Amino acid sequence: MADGQKGQIVAGCLAPHPPHLVYADNPPENEAYSEGGWETLRWGYQRLARKLKNIDYDAIVIFTPHWQTYIGTHFLGLPQFKSKSVDPVFPNLFRYNYDLTVDVELAQAMHDEAAAQGIITKMMKNPDFRVDYGTITSCHLLNPEWDKPIVTISSNRNTHYYSPEVMVEQATALGRACAKAIEESGKRVVLVASHSLSHRHFVEEAPLPEDMSREHIYNHSQYVWDMKIIEMMREGKSREVIDIMPEFTEQTIAETEGGGLIWMLGAMGYPEFPAEIYGYQSVIGTGNVVACWDPNDETREYVL
Amino acid sequence: MSESNEPEILFGIYCPPHPQPLLSPDASAGYGKLRAAFDECRRRIEESEADIILVYSTTWASIIGHQIQALEKAVWTHVDDDFHYLGSMPYEFAMDTEFAHAMKANCEKRGLEARTVEYEGFPIDTGSVVALQLLNPENRIPACILSSNMYANRAETIVLGKAARDTLAAQGKKAVVVVVSSLSNRMFTEHIDPAEDRIHSQKDDDWNRKILEFFGDGRLEDLSQLSRDIHGQIRVQKVVAYKPAWWMAATMGQHNNYDGEVLAYEALHGSGGAVITLTPASGSVGDKEFDEDDVEFYRGDRNVLDKGMLE
Ligand SMILES: [Fe+2]
Repeated sequence: MADGQKGQIVAGCLAPHPPHLVYADNPPENEAYSEGGWETLRWGYQRLARKLKNIDYDAIVIFTPHWQTYIGTHFLGLPQFKSKSVDPVFPNLFRYNYDLTVDVELAQAMHDEAAAQGIITKMMKNPDFRVDYGTITSCHLLNPEWDKPIVTISSNRNTHYYSPEVMVEQATALGRACAKAIEESGKRVVLVASHSLSHRHFVEEAPLPEDMSREHIYNHSQYVWDMKIIEMMREGKSREVIDIMPEFTEQTIAETEGGGLIWMLGAMGYPEFPAEIYGYQSVIGTGNVVACWDPNDETREYVL
Repeated sequence: MSESNEPEILFGIYCPPHPQPLLSPDASAGYGKLRAAFDECRRRIEESEADIILVYSTTWASIIGHQIQALEKAVWTHVDDDFHYLGSMPYEFAMDTEFAHAMKANCEKRGLEARTVEYEGFPIDTGSVVALQLLNPENRIPACILSSNMYANRAETIVLGKAARDTLAAQGKKAVVVVVSSLSNRMFTEHIDPAEDRIHSQKDDDWNRKILEFFGDGRLEDLSQLSRDIHGQIRVQKVVAYKPAWWMAATMGQHNNYDGEVLAYEALHGSGGAVITLTPASGSVGDKEFDEDDVEFYRGDRNVLDKGMLE
């Protein structure tokens, strides 16, 4: 932490969390065993993880759609969580033993700033709370050493309760509040929006889930939408991505409904520089891109 | 698949998923009344000759078909995503593994994708934890929990209920059927004083009371037929349909021959929480022609677009 210096967002990552990607990696923390699979995404993730190793930062702040709260936005509020995360939908793939640390000071600062701006908030201080598998998966893939503290922010269910347009307003406001708190904290922070793009799943699973001869996008419409969004990301049109997001979310039942990407791009002030694209692939029919917004002109790359 | 072999359903319970009746029953008079209603159901289960408590929970969403809890001894400490500040919910549940495996097989016989889950630490959902803790605290009777597939619509849900009937009949088990679901499910989106809890809107309250009138008259199949209207009127559109009444009717019997009793109806952070019992009886109310088709087998997506393509 640089004393007296303004804090800053040093990178923003769109980091999808199909548990399949951890399963395919066979890390010692996960109980299930696989023969691999989904390399396009996993190798992209590995490259982004290497990039993050070369960035100086203090904490990861991650917004997850699998901690779903109806009464405001919640923040992890205890310094350590240790337990086993079992995916409720794919328990056959993901039973991950985690032991993670939280930057409670930063969480509290974001909570307080959001509350000051009229956003309903809550600190989560129950030691028995199980951290959601979206957080675990995205953080494992971006930083398998778990050597940085994290803060998880819950997804308030604005899209379902009100509309995708209300989600844009609310998540943007939350993003701005978080950015202000980060600036005042003096910390260097990596933001993570943990989710897929198009999000229609197959409701059947191959006998061998990692059988890549069975993997493909749910339908072509989902693919065309995903490509449109990625093209705009590449062109630095993040404001346009947000503008089209309500329609994208409705047309592809996209996981953007949780608000993560809106929150992140809002916090970063709608970057006009191109996003780095690390890979796109389907997982059980859903569309997933690994992408990074690097505000540093010196280190930003054309990856794919 | 004929239904010559009828299962013995002792009674059904419809109850809410929120944790307040378990964790903070004294926080408001309403939560206390819901708790008392749960306690009354617990006593009735204890006095019954039930062999199994079969739970269908709307707060257990699945994607890969229909998931069936099969872990013989499920032990964990659960914490709710929203109401974590009310406390933790340690549990130790005994599941009827034999039933769970047969249920999977019977789902498949009727064309459904289904699988059992048998993993230590599997996150049993808030609704199931609340219901089983309050209705069966000593694990006197083994249970089984069925998920609610987020993409499933009526046909799948009806067939899932019929597969449950097949299984109960084949195993000769007397069952208490439990559906965990709110009525109207819109909560307040801010923190409230529990003492001031109320139903979110007059419209939600009006619909809830109409539904309770049907339940009170034992008109389960009528409610099943009304499910799509209920979904459109008072359900936040999180999933494709309001399914609990479909499953409950298909499992207990698709008719209106029940004695219904509404034991409590109160607000739970704005949503409609009711504890209701339905006991099979003779005599029926309002036997009418029903609009919705009956379904015996699930044949998957109909691929209407493909079939309509011009050559
Ligand atoms: Fe997800």
